[in-house]
Parts: sequence; C-alpha cells; structure tokens
Amino acid sequence: MSRTPILMQGNQAIAEGAIYAGARFFAGYPITPSSEIAEECSKKLPKIGGVYMQMEDEIASVGAIVGASLTGVKSFTATSGPGFSLMQENLGMAIMGEVPCVIINVQRSGPSTGLATKPSQSDVMQIKWGRHGDQAIIALAPASVEECFLLTVKAFNMSEKFRVPVILAADEIVGHMRENFALPEPGEVEVVDRKKPEVSPDEYRPFEPQADYVSPLASYGSEYVFHITSSMCGPEGFSNNDAEIATWKIDQLHKKLEVHRDEIVETKTFLMDDEPEIVFITFGATTRVARAAAIAAREAGTKAGVLQLVTIWPFPELEVIKYGSNAKTIVVPEMNYSGQIAEEIQRLLGYNADIRRVNKYNGEVITPQDIMKVLSL
Amino acid sequence: MAITGEKFLKKDSLPHMWCQGCGNGVALSSLLRSFERLKYTPQDTVIVSGIGCWGKADDYIATNALHVTHGRALPFATGVKAVNPDLHVVVLMGDGDGVTIGGNHFIHAARRNIDLTAIVVNNYNYGMTGGQFSATTPADSITSTTAYGNPERDFDICTLAEAAGANFVGRSTIYHGRLMDNLIKEALSKKGFSLVEIISPCPTHFGRKNKMKTAVDMLNLYKQNGVTKDKYEKMSPSEQSNAILIGKLVDKDAPDFNTRYEEIRQKAI
Ligand SMILES: Cc1ncc(C[n+]2csc(CCOP(=O)(O)OP(=O)(O)O)c2C)c(N)n1
Ligand code: SF4
Repeated sequence: MSRTPILMQGNQAIAEGAIYAGARFFAGYPITPSSEIAEECSKKLPKIGGVYMQMEDEIASVGAIVGASLTGVKSFTATSGPGFSLMQENLGMAIMGEVPCVIINVQRSGPSTGLATKPSQSDVMQIKWGRHGDQAIIALAPASVEECFLLTVKAFNMSEKFRVPVILAADEIVGHMRENFALPEPGEVEVVDRKKPEVSPDEYRPFEPQADYVSPLASYGSEYVFHITSSMCGPEGFSNNDAEIATWKIDQLHKKLEVHRDEIVETKTFLMDDEPEIVFITFGATTRVARAAAIAAREAGTKAGVLQLVTIWPFPELEVIKYGSNAKTIVVPEMNYSGQIAEEIQRLLGYNADIRRVNKYNGEVITPQDIMKVLSL
Repeated sequence: MAITGEKFLKKDSLPHMWCQGCGNGVALSSLLRSFERLKYTPQDTVIVSGIGCWGKADDYIATNALHVTHGRALPFATGVKAVNPDLHVVVLMGDGDGVTIGGNHFIHAARRNIDLTAIVVNNYNYGMTGGQFSATTPADSITSTTAYGNPERDFDICTLAEAAGANFVGRSTIYHGRLMDNLIKEALSKKGFSLVEIISPCPTHFGRKNKMKTAVDMLNLYKQNGVTKDKYEKMSPSEQSNAILIGKLVDKDAPDFNTRYEEIRQKAI
C-alpha cells in the first residue's frame, strides 16, 4: 500500500472499497450509522460514470441494486438494523435469482428504533436467518478501517465469483472509527468480475448447471436474452414446480457456498502460536478489545490469544474447532444479550466446554476490563 | 403483413395459466403487437413483473425478463433503467401488485419520472389469491374478504399517477381493443414514466361475486360505461360514478430521471 496514509473513517473506507472493487451503482435510504457511505457515494459515483440513487425505502433499494446488477453493473446498498429488516424480502429474491450484489449493514442497537446511534452486534442471526425459505449467505465482519476497505472489496469479489449477495456486517464502532489508512493503488488488491457466458446466445441458460455450482451470468442489453425469476425454476430460469427441480435449485443455492468454503472463510489469529489456554473468539469491533485483553492476560502470566472470525457466515467451524478444542477457557465478547456467536461456538465445542460470554447491550463499548472480569486472573 | 406480435410470444410456455374469459391474454396480445410495431427486439427489451395472475405474463414473453417479489417490480425496473438508458423497460403489475402493496413505489417511480412503461391490469381484486379486495375494489363490492360489501374507498390509478408526476397516463378496457393498442404504443414511445391502466375482467372471482356471471357480461358493462374525457366532463357526478373514463389522460414531456441525472452529473465533472 504505497500511497500516503490519510485519516479515514470506516464508512468512508467502505465506500472507497466498493468503488475500488468496481461498484458503479448505489441505491439506498439514509440511516445512522451508515449514512456516510451513501453521502460518499453521492459525491464520488457521478464523477466516475456511476449512478447514485436514493430510493423511497430499503425494500426498493435492494430491488434497484438487483436490477442494476443484472444489467452488468456492480451494485450495492448500505443500511443499519431497521433498514436491513426491510431489505430481507428482496435479499431473498437476490439469493433465488443468484444475483451478485453487496449489502452493508452497519449494525446499531435494537430492537426496533433502539439506541439509534449506538453500536451493537445483534444482527448476526438476522443476517443468517432473516429471510423465509432455505438459503445460505456469506457475511464478513470488519474490525478496523483497513478491514472495512479490504473486506468490502472481498465482499464484491465473493459476490461476483459465486453469483450471490454478500453482507458486510460492520458495526457503529468500526463504521465511525477513524484510523490512518493508505488507499491501495489500482491492481494492488485483486478485483474479481463475474463469469460471463461463452456459449452462443441460442444455447444460453441463466442457471446452467456447472461443476462448481456457479452459472455464467449474462447482462440485460447484451446479445443474450434471459429470464430471472423469484419463483422456483430450472436451468432456463422459468418458474417450474417439479419436485425434482425444487431439489436441484435448493441444493444449488447451498452447495455453491459449501464447495467454495475454504475460499470464503477467513479468520485471523493473534498471539495464538503457543497454544494459549485462554482463547478469545471475536468478530468485528470487539476484536480490538480482545487483543488488549490477551496482552493483559499474558502480562498477568497466563497465555492468551485471539481468534478473529473475519467471515461469520458460513460459520468458520473448522477454525473454531482447531483453535478452540485445546483451549482451557474460551471467552466470547459480543455486543448483544443472547450470545449469537457464542451459541454457535458452544454448539461446535459441546455444552461442557468452558465458554464464558461477555455480553453488553446498552450501547456502550465492551472494554478489556469487562473481558478480564470473567477470567479472575 | 399483419402485425401479430407472435415473435415475442414464448410459445413453448403455452397453454397459459389464465382462466377462460380472463382479460390477461387480451392485454398480453396488445402489448406484444406494440413491441412489433415499435420494432423492439428481445435483446433491447426487459419485462419486469410482480406477483399475481397478470404478473405471470412474463412466462409467455420471449424478451429479457425479471419476475420479482409482490409489489416491488418498479424498484427493480428502476435499477435496470438507471444504469442502462438504452433498454426498453416495461413493468407488468396487477392492481394489488402495482398500487396496493406497491403503492409507495408507484408514486415514487412516477415522481422520479423514470423512463419506463407500467402496464397495470386492473381487475378490481386479487385474482391469484382467490379474489380478495384490493385498493381499487369499488366501495360496497363483494369479494372473498368483503362478504357484506367493501367499506373502503378505491384508488383511481390514473389520477394517482398524474398527481405523482407521470408524463403519460391512459386508461382503456379490454373491450376497447384499438384504444388499448394505441395507448400502449404511445406509452412505450414516451420518454419518462408512462402508465396504461387496463380495466379487465376477472370473471372467476370479481365477476362471479358481483352479479356478472360471465366475461361477456363484464365486457358489455365496459362497452356501456366506457366514456372519453369530453363526454365524461359533461356528466353529472352520479353519472360519472358509474362511468369508466377511458382514453389518453396525461401527455407531457417533463425530463426523465436519466436526463436529469446526466444534467446534474455535468456539474460534478
Ligand atoms: C409479500 C406477499 N404478500 C402476499 C402475497 C400473496 N399474493 C400473491 S398475488 C397477490 C395479489 C395479486 O393481485 P393483483 O396484483 O391485483 O394481480 P391479479 O392476480 O389480480 O392479476 C397476493 C396477495 C405474496 N405473494 N407476497
Ligand atoms: S383468477 Fe381472475 S385474474 Fe386470475 S386468471 Fe382467473 S380470471 Fe384471470
């Protein structure tokens, strides 16, 4: 990263990451703490041949990005909890239609209007299960301004590569945090574009079965004519109620993420080389606090390390088992009441595993002291 | 050579799913003939449809298509048009889809004056789900969920579109075939948001429950009650309440969204 670092906000880095990844269409509806992304896009996109649209609501925002994406333009939106709830309907359509797009959710406190300006990590399960029907989703959670940028690029790359919507699960802390960051030069970070059809227009089918479960996607306005539907459909994209087709389609939606699991799932470790007895498992903003806690634990004479779940969905099961199984104690700090990530870890490591939850859900940040309290070191 | 619209018909999807006497097939033929008249191609046309009996029309059309969620067709269509102004974007919605669940998108698409054509087939009820009332069901009508009559007032779709800023608004019935053809063709040719409302029989539900036993009864009613603007304006309020105002109702040339966006964009660069 060769440019001079500048002080940049997480939300700004997300907008920059999207543009770097090639996004040229943003449709959204303003909401704290995500609005800076919309504002940034409204300034930048017109200058580079892109389009910024402010829609009448978040339902329309996802509709518009799906329409634009099928026209061959990388597209995205940004919101927070209340808007993300509204987006679920058309997010389901994007999953069913296998349409690449990115949705940024800068999480805030809820339920409902909640603490509108305060951070939270309580949308973990809504991101996975918020829509009706059988489906799978990719979600990435940044912990720094640099990760806001890089994971936004990665979100676009995954969405293009696998023809799926991808969620960037940020939170108010990282979204509004300012850090020094140097924007990468073009070409420095990999940018992926969707697979285009190579068959003749007569032969093209938008859901042609493929060994890797990712069918090439044409664009409206090209020589290819194609049909995309929210209904159950076969390879040709027309609604079809056959039981066999339904099985094939639902398999397809899940298997495309399953077979590419290793490419999708990313975790990072900190002070984990000496098999520490205490492992903090984190995602998003709490990662930084856990690092401070790990250092403090080591200063107090106990080996501790951090496993950061960069990808939260699909859940990094292998990594949690690998780093979690040998730990004596696992600590999971989360800005939610229910321990949405801790539950997943408990499910994997068993109900006898010593998993200590640190939950704060009052809009205040979890501190290293909050974490140390459950350890009695 | 006669204009049939046949090259736009996806014949391998036939027979269609609509009931006998349903107006949807008639509306579809008119639309496909207009495509042929205007020399559209399957490549340069995108149909966006919502959910409902009329929303299934995309299954029978051989152009690009995007069949989406109930009430949301206009936002999807807006995204298509915003990034590719060269495409002909045509949005097919029922009265439930277009102006009931999708009412908010409808007024904002018209306000934005996004260059697309909405064809709303108004059969005064939710056909697909068994004939419940919609926002266009006339007061006192009997439907599956207004067993004793509809207590609510109905929307006038054309007035709504006009008030929200549409460049072109017209209404026809299935009976007035030539008018329907002309309105659809003009709406497609118009830059900006254009709306054609087509009053259409749902004999299976709305007709049967409201003492119009067959589609023919319903067409006769359209024939009797369909009046153009000049006649309509001379009618008394009570006569007007039974009439169906048909014809071209709005024809303006306000700049469309893409044109305005480009103008503003010039200030950015
Ligand atoms: C979100 C949602 N709510 C309800 C439905 C059920 N539904 C399907 S079609 C329809 C109404 C269709 O009526 P209309 O749009 O007037 O079209 P028609 O069938 O009369 O052509 C309803 C309520 C749905 N598919 N999605
Ligand atoms: S239920 Fe009504 S609208 Fe639907 S196909 Fe039958 S007649 Fe047509």
